Amino acid sequence: MAPQIAKTLPIPTLETRPYWDGCKRHELRIQRCAACSHFQFYPRLYCTECFSDRVEWITASGRATVLSFTIVRRPVTQAFKDDLPYVVALVTLEEGPSMMTNIVGCPPEQVAIGMPLKVTFEDWSDEISIAKFRPA
Amino acid sequence: MDSLKNKVAIVGAADTEVGIVPHLSATQLYVKAAKLALDDAGLTKNDIDGLITCVSFAEPIMYHAEMIAEYMQIFPRYCMTAPSGGGTTLAIMHHAASAIATGMCHTVLITMADSQVSGLSRDKAIEAMAGAGHPQFERPYGPPIPAFYALLARAHEHAYGTTAAQRAAVAVACRKHASMNPAAQMRKPITVDDVLNSRMIADPLHLLDCSLVSDGGAAIIMTSAERARDFKTKPVYMLGTGEGHSHEHIGQARSLTTSAAKEAGERAFAMAGLAPKDIDVAELYDCFTPVVIIELEDLGFCPKGEGGRFVENGRIELGGELPVNTHGGLLSHCHPGHPGSMFSVTEAVRQLRGECGPRQVPDAKVALVHAQGGIMSTHCTSIFSSEQI
Repeated sequence: MAPQIAKTLPIPTLETRPYWDGCKRHELRIQRCAACSHFQFYPRLYCTECFSDRVEWITASGRATVLSFTIVRRPVTQAFKDDLPYVVALVTLEEGPSMMTNIVGCPPEQVAIGMPLKVTFEDWSDEISIAKFRPA
Repeated sequence: MDSLKNKVAIVGAADTEVGIVPHLSATQLYVKAAKLALDDAGLTKNDIDGLITCVSFAEPIMYHAEMIAEYMQIFPRYCMTAPSGGGTTLAIMHHAASAIATGMCHTVLITMADSQVSGLSRDKAIEAMAGAGHPQFERPYGPPIPAFYALLARAHEHAYGTTAAQRAAVAVACRKHASMNPAAQMRKPITVDDVLNSRMIADPLHLLDCSLVSDGGAAIIMTSAERARDFKTKPVYMLGTGEGHSHEHIGQARSLTTSAAKEAGERAFAMAGLAPKDIDVAELYDCFTPVVIIELEDLGFCPKGEGGRFVENGRIELGGELPVNTHGGLLSHCHPGHPGSMFSVTEAVRQLRGECGPRQVPDAKVALVHAQGGIMSTHCTSIFSSEQI
């Protein structure tokens, strides 16, 4: 994978570190509440459903479907210029939560709402890998 | 607490020149808008005891309102900076109304401006916008601002069959109104085909589905309805106002097709004791064309999913069932960033005073202003009238 040094690397925080450690191992990690079984993303101190503090990290199945998407024709910054055109999407994880991502591994024109997906990881540095999705 | 209905009025309203205004800095635009609004109201700066501004991209200052007060050499007892734009800018009027109703102050100046073209290079403005989105969970995917709204447009298309031509009708209506407004930045009429043939920015949004980048300022002066009777201008009363807040990041939205405009609108209509059928003119936040379609549905002007059909056939143009964005909106009048919705308020005031000349909605008595900020995140609806209904 070519290094993408021009893009700004996300900086993990105390709260998000387990997510980024998972990405480094190419595992998509989200939180599950031990009190009410609710899944959530992004990570938080408490469960958004019952506000319990018994939130635990689990590895998600990595399966998702397209909730909505756009094909970006004008890059947000010059760092993304070489990626044009690229797909920015919201996907619904099998466990329930939604997240933003890029859909890769197929021509942008083939992406459709409801399309089944599987997670894949792009290594941006030794520490940071980015979760993306490809057609399942 | 009692309802704010009929408690406060706008007694002064003005815009600076807008568009590309290289001879005035952002700070000067704030103060010029303030001066013009004071002149409109027949007040001096020393009559102001409450001041609200919004933050500026071009001249970011932490204590912004305090700086504007210092620049003007006024010494308010109520002073606040709105931290962001869109719905927040309009919601600040809700706060001002509360401040007046509770006696925190008597006469509030709200002045909002920025210099997004002349004070900030276009690329720098876009870079500033690149700061939108969650730094860890959204920005790595490279979404420019139009992409966030394209996600909403695509979801609405998928759910309800809304078309590109229907979105284009929003841009066409705004441009038609701007062509009748000598102050507007973009005045050359456009057609649906012009929108559809303009460059694709983020599918399915074309360049002409996107709002402008501008310089400009707008200001209003609010006071109690009681005091308003003593002014030289025809008071514009606040009949209702309401807010709705659903998320910050679009990935956390409860729905991509129904927004918190629904709660904001219901709260504003409930306070006013009015319904969508009572509205003569609507100034709706139009940073991108699909937003207007969703707002029309969520505010109750048409059933959910019917927004695309509602905007067709000139229904939102002057002479139509519900004239929308009679000044040209963010799509064609101007969009200096945070102040955006303040121009909707000043236009609503002019419409209710009957000052709009060729673009006047005949006998306009009740105007609705809606603004949203973030990515359909934070919403405010306000309903105004030339009469205490």
